[in-house]
Amino acid sequence: MLSIKNLKANIEDKEILKGLNLEINPGEVHAIMGPNGSGKSTLASVLAGREEYNVTEGEVIFNGENILEMAPEDRARKGIFLAFQYPIEIPGVSNANFMKTAVNEVRKSKGLAPLDSKEFLKLMREKMQLVQVDKTMTQRSVNEGFSGGEKKRNEIFQMAMLEPELGVLDETDSGLDIDALRIVADGVNALRDGKRSFIVITHYQRLLDYIVPDFVHVLYKGRIVKSGTKELALELEEKGYDWIKEEVEI
Amino acid sequence: MSEDLKIIDEVTGSDYKWGFVSNIEADTAPKGLNEDIIRFISAKKNEPQWMLDFRLKAFNQWKKMEEPSWAHVSYPEIDFQDIIYYSAPKPKKTLNSLDELDPEVKATFDKLGISLEEQKRLSGVAVDAVIDSVSVKTTFRDELAKLGIIFCSFSEAVREHPDLVKKYMGSVVPYTDNYYAALNSAVFSDGSFCYIPKGVRCPMELSTYFRINSAGTGQFERTLIIADEGAYASYLEGCTAPQRDENQLHAAVVEIYAHKDAQVKYSTVQNWYPGDKNGKGGVYNFVTKRGLCAGERAKISWTQVETGSAITWKYPSVILKGDHSVGEFYSVAVTNNMQQADTGTKMIHIGKNTSSTIVSKGISGGKSNNSYRGLVRIGKNALNARNFSQCDSLLLGDKCGAHTFPYIECSNPTAKVEHEATTSKVGEDQIFYCNQRGISTEDAVGLIVNGYCREVFNQLPMEFAVEAQKLLAVSLEGSVG
Ligand SMILES: Nc1ncnc2c1ncn2[C@@H]1O[C@H](COP(=O)(O)OP(=O)(O)OP(=O)(O)O)[C@@H](O)[C@H]1O
Ligand SMILES: [Mg+2]
Repeated sequence: MLSIKNLKANIEDKEILKGLNLEINPGEVHAIMGPNGSGKSTLASVLAGREEYNVTEGEVIFNGENILEMAPEDRARKGIFLAFQYPIEIPGVSNANFMKTAVNEVRKSKGLAPLDSKEFLKLMREKMQLVQVDKTMTQRSVNEGFSGGEKKRNEIFQMAMLEPELGVLDETDSGLDIDALRIVADGVNALRDGKRSFIVITHYQRLLDYIVPDFVHVLYKGRIVKSGTKELALELEEKGYDWIKEEVEI
Repeated sequence: MSEDLKIIDEVTGSDYKWGFVSNIEADTAPKGLNEDIIRFISAKKNEPQWMLDFRLKAFNQWKKMEEPSWAHVSYPEIDFQDIIYYSAPKPKKTLNSLDELDPEVKATFDKLGISLEEQKRLSGVAVDAVIDSVSVKTTFRDELAKLGIIFCSFSEAVREHPDLVKKYMGSVVPYTDNYYAALNSAVFSDGSFCYIPKGVRCPMELSTYFRINSAGTGQFERTLIIADEGAYASYLEGCTAPQRDENQLHAAVVEIYAHKDAQVKYSTVQNWYPGDKNGKGGVYNFVTKRGLCAGERAKISWTQVETGSAITWKYPSVILKGDHSVGEFYSVAVTNNMQQADTGTKMIHIGKNTSSTIVSKGISGGKSNNSYRGLVRIGKNALNARNFSQCDSLLLGDKCGAHTFPYIECSNPTAKVEHEATTSKVGEDQIFYCNQRGISTEDAVGLIVNGYCREVFNQLPMEFAVEAQKLLAVSLEGSVG
């Protein structure tokens, strides 16, 4: 469903992604690990269509379409969801209102009628349960004054609401307490339906105990330098990245 | 919350969608301004001598005055002799029900989406509809009359409640006040009059829709609201104007008189034709609005959402004369394209323990200029006066301007005056975040700006808040680029 070939991207003339390849099939969960600054968030941003990043080479095919020329909102409507590493605050706009706008935009693009308030509330209640988000959180302004953990949980709540085909989770686990980690992971697992795919960016093997990946990749200096199964994450946990760096430098 | 969405749905096309002209046969005065014209207006309206005298005094005063030039706006000189000062739809007969309303007038209201019937049926809003200069229809009058509330056109009040008009007209905004107030006092055509008797709480929102209609006709409304001891009223004023090529001058006067323990809430949504993208056409809006908290514990609140007009010059003010009286000003002023707004408020503290709150949100897009000008004056007897001002500016591009001119004059050391000001831009991060959830950039800006104005919208009555948000979305079209 997602095929990334030889992707090169720079920001402010600095090349960050240097020929990245990745193939994801429906229903798969791919974990991406890698040292700080290796380009993980850049990859997520490029997939979502952030304008600051210049793609200089390569292609990204999502469900048969090259998405690189698409506006970010069109990518979102086609089913790409990014859970931000640092979610943004929008003062004065309630979470519920924000989500209603988003859900109905996505529906509109699929030729579906907008949900009325009643239907929307029903959907929201259902999804709130999934990630144990309470009512006050949906009435508050988007991310404003949310704790770090609440912001992350809110991202997953939004993902559940929008039911994307591909969820890209950028360090959703960082800043979560142990209980919240389990709640978020359960939420993600509940969304695994054999068709929906995920890219899970993380620094910690622990998350992958809960969200068990089909593949683990190591991103280093803008390239995927090693791929394996979930055991690779354990190995990284134990040995760190030095041995991989050494392999690459040779 | 569903409102926001509807609003966003309505952000389509970029023409001023309410720019249509209705064909009501106008009964107009010749162009220009002199004593004869004033006599013509007064005669047209069958006014008593004292009213004519007031107009003539004001006219003589006006001739001696100069057009103010201190505001941060610029426009070609106005030729006051090239304006028609009176125009009225021909009255067919007195109306007993809405069915008798001129079908043209009715159609105009329908296009605006404010069909009187709907309003009457659904929201219980009494509407005193002003088309051009004469009140066409007042609804709910009988129901209000049972409570002793008078809500009628200004001309009617002149005829039927002369004592009240004589007593209060000019008591808050004297005709000597400023150039435009003097002009208005000389030539005002009509407007609304409202009196709430002692201890009466007006059970419904009082509402007037103004609309400029005949080409080249200046509109000079005059509104007078009196709340007697312990009375309460909430008044709504809203307007939209048809598209025009020449500029139209509008100089209204609104006076509010609040006695002891009275409360008046005055809300405005202003959407006059702002001119096209190049600044051609559009309404010049030079308004004098002032409230007097005459008695103890009186309270006057102004809430305004200004999205229209080519030029806005407007400072709704409160004179806090009664001890413990309260003044509030909540404002959203949006400018786009070539619009210019110089708006703000004055809070004049005279009585002891008086307090005032100012919340101003200025939003500028395109090449527009948006200025906040506020004066907080604490008189020497205003013991323990309090003021809090919050002035925020939001920029939607890099060709627009936001300016803040806060003036504080404090003559009493026990006063506490706080002023906060911020300037921000709609963040690319915020827009991208919305985009990533499937929301287009234009809708994202609408959403973010609406959120930014939440504090002010919360002050508006429900049905008005919806309209305000709609206007905001419409007027922000094409503002980011
Ligand atoms: N706006 C920018 N201007 C210049 N350099 C940038 C910009 N954004 C990112 N970079 C650089 O790009 C590189 C990759 O950043 P990225 O955020 O993708 O890393 P990451 O793998 O997500 O790291 P972390 O694990 O710390 O989140 C870093 O060296 C970073 O400093
Ligand atoms: Mg990162």
